[in-house]
Amino acid sequence: MNNILAPLLGGIIIGTASSLLLIGVGRISGISSILAQTISRPVKEDFWKYFFLLGLVVGSILFLIISPKDYEVALDLSKTEIILGGFLVGLGTRLGSGCTSGHGVCGISRLSRRSILATLIFISTGVLTVALKGVL
Amino acid sequence: MVVYFISLLSGVLFSVGLIISEMVNPAKVIGFLDVFGEWDYSLVFVMLGAISVNFVVFKFVKKEKPIFNGVFHLPTRNDIDWRLLTGSVLFGVGWGMAGICPGPAIVNLASMNSDMLLFFVSMISGMIIYKYLNRFIKE
Repeated sequence: MNNILAPLLGGIIIGTASSLLLIGVGRISGISSILAQTISRPVKEDFWKYFFLLGLVVGSILFLIISPKDYEVALDLSKTEIILGGFLVGLGTRLGSGCTSGHGVCGISRLSRRSILATLIFISTGVLTVALKGVL
Repeated sequence: MVVYFISLLSGVLFSVGLIISEMVNPAKVIGFLDVFGEWDYSLVFVMLGAISVNFVVFKFVKKEKPIFNGVFHLPTRNDIDWRLLTGSVLFGVGWGMAGICPGPAIVNLASMNSDMLLFFVSMISGMIIYKYLNRFIKE
């Protein structure tokens, strides 16, 4: 049961956060896009993005203070995997206009065919990559 | 002002959701992608939970405008192009390599883990390189 309840609850909270941003501010919580736009020249109507991103970090800081044992990050990767993986995530999400939050959580919920396809592609590619890693 | 507060709150909630669901843990994500090995199906429930809420709200909350802001800023594109396809493939490879996507990359900055910081910097570099590559392609 442990493997279903926490993920499900976490997912529901993510959905709530996403819906809050949409209904309250009229924006899609596509994190790669939000982040990418803040590294360009900011315009006043983009300022909300800084607050959203700040919220992402504030949330984890709060967690670290209140319940650090429930926040586990296990990284067993080589520097190559981290650097190359990071670079590809940055490049790929910009080129593909989205990531798991934008396409996966928001796009699918809107029945966007772009997002449904994008999600299918990045999940299958991810699966293949992990499979190859296991073999190589 | 309220817009900023709601955005901040949304970010905090999103972060909490990511942490509770363990999507910030690369080992968990790679476990989900390890379909041909030891499959950890947890991520399926994260997506189910998130999409269920969003689907209902997006579909049934009919408002002319957002509560605290002027207009809805929704994606309008419907076309499938090479950028979407290629970008998704590249993202998938990177995600499969490190088990980290943009949301968790930002959330995990608070942990001050040097590998996470390295990932974050690499990700930003990829985004910046894209910006220049894109300009180059367009010319």
